[in-house]
Amino acid sequence: MSQTIDTTSAGSGSSRPADRPAAQPRWRLAAYPSLLTLPAVLLLVAAMAYPLLTIVSRSFSEPEWGLQNYVWFFSTEVNITVLARTFSISAWVTLVCVIAAYPYAYLMTVVGPRMRLVLILAVLVPFWVSGVVRTLAWVILLQDSGVINSVLKSIGFGAVKLIRTPTGVVIGMAQVLLPFMILPLYSVMRGIDLRLVQAARSLGARPALAFWQVYLPLSLPGVFAGAIIVFILALGFYITPALLGGPRSTMLSTLVQSQVLSLLNWGRGGAMGVVLLVSTFVLLALAAPLMRQRHKQASR
Amino acid sequence: MKPFRIILGLFCLLVAIWLVLPTLVIIPMSFNEKKSLAFPPSGFTWHWYENFFTNPDWSSSFFNSLRVAAIVAVAATVVGTLAALGLSRMKHVGAGILRGILITPMVVPGVVLAIGIYAVYLNYQLVGTTLGFVIAHTVLAVPFVLIAVSASLEVFDVRLETAAASLGANRLTTFRTITLPLILPGILSGLLFAFVTSFDEIIVALFITSPYLKTLPVQIYTSITRDADPTVTAVGTIIFLATSLIICSGLIIGSQRRR
Repeated sequence: MSQTIDTTSAGSGSSRPADRPAAQPRWRLAAYPSLLTLPAVLLLVAAMAYPLLTIVSRSFSEPEWGLQNYVWFFSTEVNITVLARTFSISAWVTLVCVIAAYPYAYLMTVVGPRMRLVLILAVLVPFWVSGVVRTLAWVILLQDSGVINSVLKSIGFGAVKLIRTPTGVVIGMAQVLLPFMILPLYSVMRGIDLRLVQAARSLGARPALAFWQVYLPLSLPGVFAGAIIVFILALGFYITPALLGGPRSTMLSTLVQSQVLSLLNWGRGGAMGVVLLVSTFVLLALAAPLMRQRHKQASR
Repeated sequence: MKPFRIILGLFCLLVAIWLVLPTLVIIPMSFNEKKSLAFPPSGFTWHWYENFFTNPDWSSSFFNSLRVAAIVAVAATVVGTLAALGLSRMKHVGAGILRGILITPMVVPGVVLAIGIYAVYLNYQLVGTTLGFVIAHTVLAVPFVLIAVSASLEVFDVRLETAAASLGANRLTTFRTITLPLILPGILSGLLFAFVTSFDEIIVALFITSPYLKTLPVQIYTSITRDADPTVTAVGTIIFLATSLIICSGLIIGSQRRR
């Protein structure tokens, strides 16, 4: 504001071209493009950084200053069990996703354009339906009187306990997260030159060996990228484990929620949240070099 | 080679079924006469669809979601597009770091962000307000806009702007007549992503909701956990069909335009 007044007062006295004051701020903006990111940065600070810092500070300060909430977290058996389970369920989900996604993404690269569209649509359909509704569908399928159990009963098998078990949680979560594995894998596989595999075959390698020594190493960056995304998203999953899981498949997110909403214990809930947050960022930091390598390969 | 192809095809068919079919189970369930979610459904009724449109709990939460998502879509698209434009014109290494920071809302565990926002909102009386929902959902939606617009900026030829400028267009005209039309597909898909992100968001919404302002996912969630009200399956079916319709018509228009 003050600047505008300055320039006009200066302009009235000097022999400057008339359009100069108006043009000046625009060129300023062009010289500092980072200013365009300012709204996003301010929003991020106000609605993410500030809330997260509030949680971190509460984890150290409630009910009094100190490390008590963390000491409590790591010395209570239930918490350690849940923490370990959160990691193991996420690992299982990632493994299931890799196994299901790898052949699928490969098929997407070798079929014709029409078939590819069908395969892509199948990947995208889960995104069309709200996450809560998708989980509801899994409740209907997996419950004791659900679809899977009625099918099993009709072909003469006994009922299987699926809902409120870790198996049920893994099945439901893996389905929700599968697209996050397929899409990066597909984008890497699409770039692999299949003539390399043909070259290996023509030099006498059997199909399995050609795959193992040529195709698989080239596709690994996609596997890493997808696995990291799936694992990190799985760590923070809340709705699916809450609806499909039972007391023996509770994940960390549910524990955080009950500390804060049911027990109103912000210190302990905050400490759990910080553990979850730190795990996520440590994983991201570990994965960053791998991702960067992938980027380099892609640009090569 | 042949048996390998067959096994591969069958395996992928199973994966595709696993991806698509579970969701479709809600469609037959939505016509179930019994007030339960037990399978198989029996009888046929439109009752649950009727309930969705007439029960104020359901219809008001639907309109709340629609309102919040519409505001979020616009706000996140403006903020995200500006950020993408700024980042694409930044040359030093800071741009990469800033981009990384701006997409962190995508990886922060939902519950941790939710309790943080809840704590802050309790202090500022934002719990259960439209403004509160809009701020929280916009933060979550901006990364999607940023990614979508950045993708179309990557293939955008900056020399076109220089050409326009050399022909005497000022920056605003250049932006309006050259840059904007060329990155419009990215902006529109960002807008769509932002809308869906907000319309679908549940974790933060569960914390900052109030009896006076519920969004649809919150209503669905509480209805699943409290009473097995089959109205949820009717709602799910309606959303599924509406989205399918929008996406299919989008695909058809897109393929026609390409021709």
